[in-house]
Amino acid sequence: MTKSLSLFSVHQQGARLRFIPACCGLLGITLTYLVPVLAQATTLTIASYPNFDAAIRAAIPRYEQLHPDIHIRLVALSFYDHHHAMTSALATGAGLPDIMGLEQGYIGRFAHSGGLEVLSAPPYNALQYQPLLVPYTMAQAQNEQGELMAMPADIGPGSLFYRQDLLAQAGVSLEEMTTSWENFIQSGIRLKQKSIYLVANASDLKDIYIRIGLQPGEGIYFNQAGQSLVRSERFVRAFTLAKQVREQGLDARLQIWSNEWAESIRSGHIATQMMGAWFAGHLASWIAPESKGLWRASQLPAHAYASWGGSFYAIPRAAAHKPEAWDFIRFMTLDTDMQLDAFKKLDAFPALLSAQQTPHMAEPIAYLGQQQARLIWKDAADRMPSIIPHQHDAMAAEIIRKQMDLVLEENKDIATALKDAERQIKRKARH
Amino acid sequence: MHRAWKKYTTIINKRWIPYLYLSPFFIIFVVFGLYPILFSAWISLHDWDLSTSPWDMEWQGLANYEYILTDEWFYRALYTTLWLAIVAGVPQHLIALPLATLLFRLSNRTRHFLFCFYFLPFITSSVAISLVFSSLFSRDFGVLNQVVSGLHDWVVFDIQPLAWLFPEQAIDWQDSSHIRWTIAMVVFWRYVGWNTLLYLSAMKTIPEELFDAAYLEGAGFWQQLRHVTLPMLRPMILLALTLSLIGNMQLFEEPFILTAGTGGSGQAGQTMAMYLYATAFAEGDFATASAIAWLLFVILLALCSLGRRINQKNNG
Repeated sequence: MTKSLSLFSVHQQGARLRFIPACCGLLGITLTYLVPVLAQATTLTIASYPNFDAAIRAAIPRYEQLHPDIHIRLVALSFYDHHHAMTSALATGAGLPDIMGLEQGYIGRFAHSGGLEVLSAPPYNALQYQPLLVPYTMAQAQNEQGELMAMPADIGPGSLFYRQDLLAQAGVSLEEMTTSWENFIQSGIRLKQKSIYLVANASDLKDIYIRIGLQPGEGIYFNQAGQSLVRSERFVRAFTLAKQVREQGLDARLQIWSNEWAESIRSGHIATQMMGAWFAGHLASWIAPESKGLWRASQLPAHAYASWGGSFYAIPRAAAHKPEAWDFIRFMTLDTDMQLDAFKKLDAFPALLSAQQTPHMAEPIAYLGQQQARLIWKDAADRMPSIIPHQHDAMAAEIIRKQMDLVLEENKDIATALKDAERQIKRKARH
Repeated sequence: MHRAWKKYTTIINKRWIPYLYLSPFFIIFVVFGLYPILFSAWISLHDWDLSTSPWDMEWQGLANYEYILTDEWFYRALYTTLWLAIVAGVPQHLIALPLATLLFRLSNRTRHFLFCFYFLPFITSSVAISLVFSSLFSRDFGVLNQVVSGLHDWVVFDIQPLAWLFPEQAIDWQDSSHIRWTIAMVVFWRYVGWNTLLYLSAMKTIPEELFDAAYLEGAGFWQQLRHVTLPMLRPMILLALTLSLIGNMQLFEEPFILTAGTGGSGQAGQTMAMYLYATAFAEGDFATASAIAWLLFVILLALCSLGRRINQKNNG
């Protein structure tokens, strides 16, 4: 036994001795062919956030197949972490990717940062693609000089999601509820009699109303000259509506995306939620999958059209591979198949008009009781007004949110709240 | 030549070797400690947006400080922070001191066993703690409100004896009148164990003879605590109070998670650290945020100096 073992060992050693040079030879051949390929391959770094990153992840195999010389490295962080990381990267000039994904709420600040490539200028000339895309979304990514700083990938047309069974229980019809904001509140009073809240938070009404009826050249918080608009009738009315809802006890006083909010939606304590079209996917997947068939979507009350979110691609000015980055962005935003793929898989409503002209748009959605809801959202997208972003939008939104809070929680006078908001905005925007 | 070189390197070695050994700390400290501190002081005196290189920042002087000192939200955040420092901080020590004394008198085995429970909240992730408490304090689905409601509805001989004490309506622990208490409770619960550890460690350094002498003189538990333990613990009490003050003035995680990052209704739960964070990341104003950080530092320094002076005066 020992002998046979030792014989086997000798045999094995011999095999090993032959095996090593063979491996070295193979490695040499592999390296001879692989090294030049690796040396030629360009690594394109893309920074993104969930679920926007999923569209990129899904596109990588096809893109790399079409472009064997490009290797894509996707860096995805959580939503806030990603935008904070990009803020720091732009501020310090370190750790910048070749392409950064940006959400609508941050686009104003980034577009005015001066740290991004101007995509409307040569060699990109991206404004030539304007007729191919939803009109309002291009305006969102432009600065005060009209320069395009990012390319839109998907949009979030606003919609009123409602529980049709709860409305029926309270004897409220959709037509009646959405005719005007007064009717919307009146419907809430009837829902309250059945112990059902109209909305999760009264400030939802403020968030919608400040986006409605903008005059040409106006942004939400600032006009084209950079003057604050927060003391306009639009804001007074928005605050008044929210206060009415709170005073009548029609809102659940819940923080959106909180556990209590999700539980209240799930358990049927809240009848409506105004949100972007993408909310249907969230309802179906994790908030209330068991409520399949009970929810419906409609246009916002009083024929209002508002945008909730949307995703963009931008190229940092200090990016290492700008031509490759631009090619990838065009692939993701102007290729109908890619846009449709993201629409089907991720519910990312396409910014590309040709991707909206497909049969998928008319397909009924089972979760929404076989409703052809995508047609409603497309209609909203078609009617959406262009809103001019301002670099201080995020700051103004934060100040308005705080003042709204004081009006709702501490009964602060609306005129005083808006006056204080304007003063704070002017001081903050002093730079 | 070789001998001269060897001698030279030996001298070099003898002179520089301590610095060489110390250099990793100093390199790391300069890069990750000193440089960010000095840089934040520098940008607090400038206007800095995302695109501007640090070398092209616009000089603002003290304008950022002036802005903060006239901002009402700064004073609200400062008030909340000081309120929490007192309401969450003082009871920690009022409980931790007698608790440490009690534990000190127990056998080693029992003391270690019990101490594990008191110390557990301190070593648990603050995010996990805050999430658990968010669920407990939930208005509509929280256990706490279910208990309150149950006590309100408790019936004995056809009457509800506790109905006057416990409200029928669910309490909104997140609203502006409750949120600070909610945060204070979580912070108190978390740090009692840590302060108990500090006092317990200090008690072990008190000579046993002092307690024996006090016992022979007929001193009971409270008298021993007042006349032996507390005077001997004075330096540790000062240290523990200073650590609590610093920790509470920098309070961030607990209020941030309990208020979902918003500061709660009417910003009643927004601390200085949250105000700083919102200024930097929600508003994108890093220069003003740096100025807030320096103001917070000055306030902390003043409070710590005040505490030290009071202690010195009492000792003197």
